[in-house]
Amino acid sequence: MLKLLKYALYDILKSRFALIYTVFLALVAISIYQVSDDLSKVSLSLMNIMIMIVPLISAVFATTHFYNNLEFIELMLAQPVKRSQVFLSQLFAVIIMLSLSILIGFGLPMMLWGADSSLITLLAVGIILSAVFTGFAFLASVMTRDKAKAIGISLGLWIYFSLVYDGFVLYFIYSFADYPLEKATLALVMLNPVDLGRILMLMQLDISALMGYTGAFFQKFFSSSMGLLIAGGTLMVWMLFPNFFALRVFRKRDF
Amino acid sequence: MGPYIRIFCFSLIGLLAAVEGHSAVIRLVPGQSIQSAVDKASPGDTLQITAGVYKQSGIVIRKSLTLIGEGYPVLDGNMEGNVLIIAAENLTIQGLKIINTGKSNMDDSAAIKFFDSKNCVIKDNILENTFFGLHFSNSSGMTITGNQIHANAIREFEVGNGIHLWKCKNSLISKNKVSGHRDGIYLEFVTKTKAEENYVEKNMRYGLHFMFSHDNSYIRNTFKNNGAGVAVMYTKNVLMKENRFEENWGSSAYGILLKDISDSEVIGNVFLKNTVGIYMEGSSRIQFTGNTFRENGWALKLMASCDQNTFRANNFTQNTFDMSSNGSVVLNTITENYWDKYEGYDLDKDMIGDVPYRPINLYSVIVEKIPAAVMLWRSFMVTLLDRMEKILPTMTPDQMIDQSPKMRPYDYG
Repeated sequence: MLKLLKYALYDILKSRFALIYTVFLALVAISIYQVSDDLSKVSLSLMNIMIMIVPLISAVFATTHFYNNLEFIELMLAQPVKRSQVFLSQLFAVIIMLSLSILIGFGLPMMLWGADSSLITLLAVGIILSAVFTGFAFLASVMTRDKAKAIGISLGLWIYFSLVYDGFVLYFIYSFADYPLEKATLALVMLNPVDLGRILMLMQLDISALMGYTGAFFQKFFSSSMGLLIAGGTLMVWMLFPNFFALRVFRKRDF
Repeated sequence: MGPYIRIFCFSLIGLLAAVEGHSAVIRLVPGQSIQSAVDKASPGDTLQITAGVYKQSGIVIRKSLTLIGEGYPVLDGNMEGNVLIIAAENLTIQGLKIINTGKSNMDDSAAIKFFDSKNCVIKDNILENTFFGLHFSNSSGMTITGNQIHANAIREFEVGNGIHLWKCKNSLISKNKVSGHRDGIYLEFVTKTKAEENYVEKNMRYGLHFMFSHDNSYIRNTFKNNGAGVAVMYTKNVLMKENRFEENWGSSAYGILLKDISDSEVIGNVFLKNTVGIYMEGSSRIQFTGNTFRENGWALKLMASCDQNTFRANNFTQNTFDMSSNGSVVLNTITENYWDKYEGYDLDKDMIGDVPYRPINLYSVIVEKIPAAVMLWRSFMVTLLDRMEKILPTMTPDQMIDQSPKMRPYDYG
């Protein structure tokens, strides 16, 4: 397993994409640090970029990576190694690379110019979102036989979770504005990993506004560490669920 | 021998009377009754109360005395009624520690209660577990300074106000610390009074609460983490300068709530981390200058019932929403402020943006109508909507604009 992971990682690092991605993130972070005058403005701008870019890159890169390595995977499957190990090594390699890029690309400027709790949260959210969308991409890849189709599905999921879904929720809230919506909205937000990541950031950046909400339920959710635990926990579920599902499909797939 | 003793006694009494005329100093030790010492003393005397516990309450003083505590003697009210009740002129109370008053709204039990008094000084006292702390009515020329007033009630109705003035004038309230009461400082029908450098935090309801209290000034006070912030009403000619309003969080908590305030000035204050920095309705002709609004949920909630107010040269930074309103009528002036969300340009380099700034964004209007929608704030969808609204205003009042937004923040430290 470790050996497989090592080769998969070597392979990714050789592809130069990792380097470009890291440099891109670092450049973004550096320019934002240069332009903004204080830390919470930095985390705000970084968040806006990260919520969009990180899932997109993760989805596209993971899909292309899977198909580029399809021959290697097929070769490995002919060897006496477990299927799950072949799959997990590829998956972990991608997740590790994407996480490292974020850690280095965003982390280095933070170490240089300082960070606060919201920036640390941002790093964590970035890593989790990478893992979630890598999972989606692998799921899309193992369920189709066509690279273009798989990329299409990954991109579709990305658009759905970062744009369309929020539109639906907004429409829902607007339509049912006369009803008590707090639990329903919270439940709807739980069904979207991007939103969850965003809520975790909101709890750092906009707590003053969030505390203005009338409902006791929200107040409790946001003021205690309960909210943090629930949001974080659900995000973990989001991280495991597509990956696990992809693994199951991969095990039974006929190559 | 008899006559000699009698003469001696008379002369002694005469001597004592002479001394009393030059204001005597009477020392009290624990166990002695303060009330009887007060009754025996003549105006101008000083009562020196030495350290220890005095379990006495309902002490009535009607003379101009000076009560000075040595090493903070404890006056324990035994949870019954008021501890000191005063109706006097030129009286001083200093260095006492007063604890455990009664808890009753029937007589508004207080640690020290003043009626119809003039020119008294209440200085450096410590008040703990009192219902009302200092309670004044119909008095003038009071100097209330350096007192520490702390209650530890759990619910709002179990406690009165820290410093409570009713129908008073020409007073000074300075350098006091008030916490754990219902309202930190409560003024009703109080005029020409100054409140300076008080530190008011963690009170159940309001840090500062006044009504019908004209011509007062509030300078360099801190109001922090009070249940509902600060609320002031029905008053004109108020000066609020260099105060700090911090961390008032909650659905109806405000840095400051202005209701029917007019002809006033709010200058150089700091509003930090409040759910709402300033909420105002029915207020007119107030000048807001040089204030800093930072990390608030809403920096400003300006209701349409306000008119002729001017917001000039304030800093708005890192607020979730800069402003919201409940109508489209705009009768106020907003100009020359710094807004960190401003994205315009400055081609002529005069440090004033060339395109006007709209402080009300679409989503703050939506959140105002549907509070649950705050969950979607900062999502891509909402950002898109906001951008569109900026280009083509449909829901936000298009007159609410800052025509000359500053490019750089003012340096207010």
